[in-house]
Amino acid sequence: MLSSAATSITVVLIVFFLFIEGAGVFTKKPIEEGFLLVVHSTNPIQKLEPSQVKDIFDQKITNWKQLGGKNEPIVLFRTEDITEFYSDEELGENFEHFPAKIDEYVSKTPGVIAFFSDKYKAKNFHGKELEINKIKIFEFLSGEEWFPTAQPIAQMGVKALIYGTLWVSFGAILLALPIGLAAAIYLSEIARKRTRNILKPLIELLAGIPSVVYGFFGLVVIVPLIQNVFGLPVGETGLAGSIVLAIMALPTIITISEDAMRTTPRAMKEASLALGASHWQTIYKVVIPYSASGITAGAILGIGRAIGETMAVLMVTGNAAIIPHTLLAPLRTIPATIAAELGEAANGGLHYQSLFALGCILFLITFCINMMVEFVTNRNSHKKH
Amino acid sequence: MHKIESKNINFYYGETQALHDVSLSMKENTVTALIGPSGCGKSTYLRLLNRMNDLIDNTKLTGTILIEGEDIYAKNTNVDDLRKNVGMVFQKPNPFPKSIYENVAYGLKVNGITDKKIIEERVITSIEQVALWGEVKDKLKKSAFELSGGQQQRLCIARALAIQPSILLMDEPTSALDPISTSKIEELIYELKNKYTIVIVTHNMQQAGRVSDTTAFFYMGELIEYDKTKTIFTKPSQKQTEDYITGRFG
Repeated sequence: MLSSAATSITVVLIVFFLFIEGAGVFTKKPIEEGFLLVVHSTNPIQKLEPSQVKDIFDQKITNWKQLGGKNEPIVLFRTEDITEFYSDEELGENFEHFPAKIDEYVSKTPGVIAFFSDKYKAKNFHGKELEINKIKIFEFLSGEEWFPTAQPIAQMGVKALIYGTLWVSFGAILLALPIGLAAAIYLSEIARKRTRNILKPLIELLAGIPSVVYGFFGLVVIVPLIQNVFGLPVGETGLAGSIVLAIMALPTIITISEDAMRTTPRAMKEASLALGASHWQTIYKVVIPYSASGITAGAILGIGRAIGETMAVLMVTGNAAIIPHTLLAPLRTIPATIAAELGEAANGGLHYQSLFALGCILFLITFCINMMVEFVTNRNSHKKH
Repeated sequence: MHKIESKNINFYYGETQALHDVSLSMKENTVTALIGPSGCGKSTYLRLLNRMNDLIDNTKLTGTILIEGEDIYAKNTNVDDLRKNVGMVFQKPNPFPKSIYENVAYGLKVNGITDKKIIEERVITSIEQVALWGEVKDKLKKSAFELSGGQQQRLCIARALAIQPSILLMDEPTSALDPISTSKIEELIYELKNKYTIVIVTHNMQQAGRVSDTTAFFYMGELIEYDKTKTIFTKPSQKQTEDYITGRFG
């Protein structure tokens, strides 16, 4: 009683902490603290969306009228560009004239947009600071680019990561389900008792191998294999991740499906056989339908493991945060992103919080999957009685 | 010629011998009751007739069983075809977790009948044969589990009849049922006798007396006595048979 209460409280606290930290990303501006975005004082633009700023600095937007301003070409200015306009003497020996010169440059360039640290802001600055909107949840989810440390604006699009996660997991289940099902059928219906007594513990043992070992195996065996078979420049692809995850999900799928199949009452199997059904017809028409809920539960739990898996995937998928169009392209998953980047993210910063937000997304995905297991098993146990 | 002929059957579960030199033959369109105390081998014998014991690991059989003159344990016997000809009804009603209709259609479908008209026709005939049609005709799509135990057992008989066997094995078909359901099944057995050769295992002496033409008494894996039911129940030749029938043991 006490221990279960303690466990529940801990779980709730972890989830609460996760969401509090994760929500922080939506309360901050995606511009690094202590930096300014500045335009000419006569520029009518007051506010910009993060994506607009990005497009400006990527030179996809080149004229202010595209943003509803005057017909004026946009002139980009970053701190380091100052040396193009002023000589070292003008800036002073210790850059003491730096703020004044930036001010001067901004004042005389009507189309300017300047990005610099606020310590270079002159006392009576003549430019106008731009407001940057906060990241919206929709932008966070649908953004395709993940550059959380980009300048001037961090890009926090998690779409590629979600796609990567789902792609790899989907591929894994596609590989693991038929193999797992076949193995479960063999173990429960065809194998002799002695064979099963040897094989079953071996398969269960597979579940106990550390995932980093699977990752290592994938890196050494599967990655070069894929590279050679498909003639790819690199073997670190979504497919490699799927194969490694499929191997990892197999023990779950096999054990749970096999247990479910073995609960098929003998009376059902005998009834089928007594009607002249062959062994295979009985497996196909009686055993599998009867254990369908168990098989589904096994498959979903297998996916659950695949989605949350970090280390093995991190090692074999190539970790390119781009939306994958085939399984033969490198991709990056949510857990791998968190594991790879959390060590480098400043505590409490935007990047740090965005990783927590990723964790929230992952939590929601696995939570939905577990709810599905509950739903499937409940619905079927209801049907049987 | 006998419909079912078994000669010198010895059967072993691992080291344990369950049947000792049993020879037993049954005529076409008769009901044979197998009686005897628990563990006497009567169910084991019954399950040999459709090779149901094949499912159990580590068993051994010697002797021959001929059905319609064919050795059913010969190497070239198709077990699925044998079971199609030798239907079986089990101790507990065991409908599939499917609809009433699908339960009866199952045997037809696994035997390769795809014509929906034929399936429907046979399903209806079979359900009518077991006098269940009036009770289920409006709920054929409902789950078979919604029926009462007696109805379920009659459905299981209908399911066995649908594939048109010539022999029907019944392993204590009424032991899980109430008296009214039991009498319905007994009536049914009486009617089915015209078309099928029936072998029924029962613990219920009165039932054996009511439904069967011949009765075989098993004890400790041996066939003690096999005769007309009337003879067995009125003047058995063996002392053990008399003791069992009069309730002195078992």
